[in-house]
Amino acid sequence: MTTIAPPVVRTKEPSRSSGGRSGSVLWMALPAFVWFVIFGIVPLLGVLALSFTTWNGIGEIQPSGLDSWKATLTDPGLPHALWVTFLIMALSWAVQTPMSILIGVFLATSKRYREFLAVLFFIPLLLSSAAIAITYKALLDPNFGLGTGLGIELLNQDWLGNSTLAMATLIFIVSWQFIPFHSLIYQGAVRQIPTSMYEASQIDGAGRVRQFFSITLPQLKYTIITSSTLMVVGSLTFFDLIYVLTAGGPGDATRALALLMYQQGFQANLMGPASAIAVILVLVGLGLSLLLRRLGGRGDESQLEGA
Amino acid sequence: MATVTSHRPSPTVSGTPGGTRKRNKAMSYNWLGGGLSWVWLFVVMLPIYWIVITSFKTQANYFITNPLAPPSELTFENYKTVIESDIVRYFINSVIVTVGAVIPAVAVSFMAAYAIVRGSNSRILRGMNWVFLMGLAIPLQAVIIPVYLIIIRLQMYDTLAAIILPSIAFAIPLSVLVLSNFIRDVPKELFESMRMDGASEWGTMWRLAFPLTRPALVTVTIYNGLGIWNGFLLPLVLTQSPDQRTVPLALATFSGQFGVNVPAIAASVTLTTLPIVLLYAIGRRQLLSGLTAGFSK
Repeated sequence: MTTIAPPVVRTKEPSRSSGGRSGSVLWMALPAFVWFVIFGIVPLLGVLALSFTTWNGIGEIQPSGLDSWKATLTDPGLPHALWVTFLIMALSWAVQTPMSILIGVFLATSKRYREFLAVLFFIPLLLSSAAIAITYKALLDPNFGLGTGLGIELLNQDWLGNSTLAMATLIFIVSWQFIPFHSLIYQGAVRQIPTSMYEASQIDGAGRVRQFFSITLPQLKYTIITSSTLMVVGSLTFFDLIYVLTAGGPGDATRALALLMYQQGFQANLMGPASAIAVILVLVGLGLSLLLRRLGGRGDESQLEGA
Repeated sequence: MATVTSHRPSPTVSGTPGGTRKRNKAMSYNWLGGGLSWVWLFVVMLPIYWIVITSFKTQANYFITNPLAPPSELTFENYKTVIESDIVRYFINSVIVTVGAVIPAVAVSFMAAYAIVRGSNSRILRGMNWVFLMGLAIPLQAVIIPVYLIIIRLQMYDTLAAIILPSIAFAIPLSVLVLSNFIRDVPKELFESMRMDGASEWGTMWRLAFPLTRPALVTVTIYNGLGIWNGFLLPLVLTQSPDQRTVPLALATFSGQFGVNVPAIAASVTLTTLPIVLLYAIGRRQLLSGLTAGFSK
């Protein structure tokens, strides 16, 4: 799974009144728990431990204090990778969010085509990032690709050979892959807004634009936060797409944090510094999730205000 | 609109067409949203159309015809090339990994979700639930190095099991969350009456909670299955020999191997995606409604 889902989905306060005898059900949770501890929690602690060692991936693991951290933090590749990661995150959010909301609102209200559009919109989500990357690599070929097909000279660029264009192409492909998914999330949310709110505002003479800004958008607040969290935290982990599409290139133009970590660890065999980068990745991810949750101001409060 | 006021949309509601939406009667058509949706549909479908038609072109034909024109003569040569490149083996590998990971993942998640809901008095279970919630924020990429180390130490490097074991673990947190939210919606009285009848917790789980959570189970299964089927990082890092390749890794390799033979690349993408699209066509309603119910809150 390439995206990590953030813990924004609400969990209800457990009811104390139920008669579940915890002793008799406790063991049922153990298989999942033990499994997750072994392959989730232990590696999380392990990556921190490994960041204080030197290891080439095959031989002995040698403790080496802060060496890996020093190497990582003084490497000019790190701030660059952070910048690239930030760019991908910010740009893909800025492109996807408004488009997903507009399409979602349309899909929710236009019932005639809704089903049809929703079916086709889901297709990009079925494809693996590897399949998408190799498709676009061929499709964007400057000589035999899309530009020639549509007869638009402007589209015959060396899309993946120029730093700025490669970044733009990456953002476009990410949007291609995920706008439909976020549109469907927004569609579901818009359909939960009570019709009475629109009827009331219509009586007050509000137009469509006015309704959008004073009813739809505020009502979508929590959905926007959920969707943004998925986008932002998910964008930290774009690896497959970049790896197959550009391998970080041209030069290091699209070398994001996750790719830098992979290259350091599994190509340069520097597992220590790679682990340090992984720790940074975890911290950035956690920080962003917490920030977005705070932004949403949603603790255990009900999300049905006004509904 | 009864559905709107209900606390949680039942999973079937959001997927059904023709809800009682009348708000647009007096309004003009939503030109902006409508135009954008159709344009984006074109953008979404164009590469898919292109990859399918290209897969039926001969290599010579590909270089001289308009890329968007359908092939002048159909050829299955590219599919033959792909099948001769062992695609069937990679496909079987992917099936083994996906089925081998999803079934245990959903089974243990369901049991854990049941325990968490039923044993909510227990501090231990609340603690476990907290660990799963935190686990949602752990990206697979960030822990891949220790996972690699564990797999080496277990002497499982370069096997399909190496992909399966961590895949199960990383499917668990979201599955537990979604399933426990569904099990909580089962009325308490039903659990009580099962208890009165002398049913054990194990029996109650299978005879009561299981049938009532079936839509959520299907959603979670499809969602995890898709993620594992398309997974790239675990096979890339944990396997090495061509024998153990899964489909996404094989596609990336083909892309290098076939080089300028773009029609063969197109055929490899089409052929490996087709079964997923067919499965989607069958389970579509379930998946879409499950996802919208899960996220649009």
